[in-house]
Amino acid sequence: MIPAAFDYVRADTAEEAIAQLGAHGDETKLIAGGMSLIPLMKLRLAVPTVLVDIGRLYELSYVRRDGDEIVIGALTRHRDLETSELLTRECGVLAAVTAEVGDNQVRHRGTIGGSVAHGDPASDLPAVLLALEATFVATGPDGTREIPATTFFEGFLETALEPDELLTEIRVPRTGANGFSYQKFNRRAQDWAVVGALAVSVAGTTRVALVNMGMTPLRARGVEEALADGAGAADAAARAAEGTQPSDDLNADAAYREHLARVLVRRALEAAGA
Amino acid sequence: MQVAMTVNQTAHEHDVEPRVLLVQYLREACGLTGTKVGCDTSSCGACTVLVDDESVKSCTMLAVQADGRAITTIEGLAPNEVDLHPVQQAFHEHHALQCGFCTAGMVMAAVGFLAENPDPTGAEVRLGLEGNLCRCTGYQNIVDAVLAAAGPANAVAR
Repeated sequence: MIPAAFDYVRADTAEEAIAQLGAHGDETKLIAGGMSLIPLMKLRLAVPTVLVDIGRLYELSYVRRDGDEIVIGALTRHRDLETSELLTRECGVLAAVTAEVGDNQVRHRGTIGGSVAHGDPASDLPAVLLALEATFVATGPDGTREIPATTFFEGFLETALEPDELLTEIRVPRTGANGFSYQKFNRRAQDWAVVGALAVSVAGTTRVALVNMGMTPLRARGVEEALADGAGAADAAARAAEGTQPSDDLNADAAYREHLARVLVRRALEAAGA
Repeated sequence: MQVAMTVNQTAHEHDVEPRVLLVQYLREACGLTGTKVGCDTSSCGACTVLVDDESVKSCTMLAVQADGRAITTIEGLAPNEVDLHPVQQAFHEHHALQCGFCTAGMVMAAVGFLAENPDPTGAEVRLGLEGNLCRCTGYQNIVDAVLAAAGPANAVAR
């Protein structure tokens, strides 16, 4: 399978990428690692007329500590996050979940910013960033703004990013090695999650997020409320499917996904020590 | 668009359409057909090559993205006409292939994996090769071969 024809531009700086986005019209797409976009282009589900390659914006590849936050450049590859000693120490949950993305080959190319901007509810990282209440930094022709993860994911493959904005940075709280567990259910080790469930302790409370249980990554608010009211893992997990709208597809029907959510959340809570 | 890259330590330069995939470029422009197209959806790993010494699936990378990079394919592993690369030799000795279609990608993924984890356990090898499928389901001998290539201590420790 070969993508439809497109024009290709390589951006060497963030400013250049933003200028290129504005210059070529609505069918312009940024490409970083391409791990999500190229498969869609090969299936002709995405048919951009212009690709702006930001894969060499090395200035946006970094992991740093900034006060109570860890700041991550959007072009940082999964491989560099999963092997980052700083991230493992200061926000262990994000390093661990990153190691669950795809396979080695995918993690050598894919970037955290690409995963976030793609906005796929079946992706691992959007859910963990939602649970961490991360902040996304976007830069456009009119300047830079910060978007909370809680309002960023708007629909299936839809985010709050404007067409002429570049996601430049992800900011997450320092959780240290606090208790967490990510339970990913799939048929083959490298596959997308049929359902995923994350439990993580942040600032003394347990947050729970779900992968592939709706059009966006979701917080399992019912579970979080039950835990706050003193419920044990099993009772809290029984509320895992509340407010979700899982899809029916060849991997699972909606009722099975709801069942998986309850089972996986219970396992995650127990493993996280919540 | 003009692209230039080093493939198996030889300089290549071609005018390609931006939509040409790296695997197509290697097979059709460079004539290196050892790299296979399997699923064509980045699931099976048959197209795995090394880009700057890291494993990637060449069916999900554009040739223009590889501009200026150093590519290694299965044809570039053996040191000479007679000897095999240690991972190739281990695949041979441990009967780590049946039909052979996944083998080029499996070997390249293993070479990349061992560069990152030279002293793996059997479980780590299995996880490290999760991106490669063998439809003959010959995984046991593949894992044996990778452990043997890592060193005698690993082969025993399985």
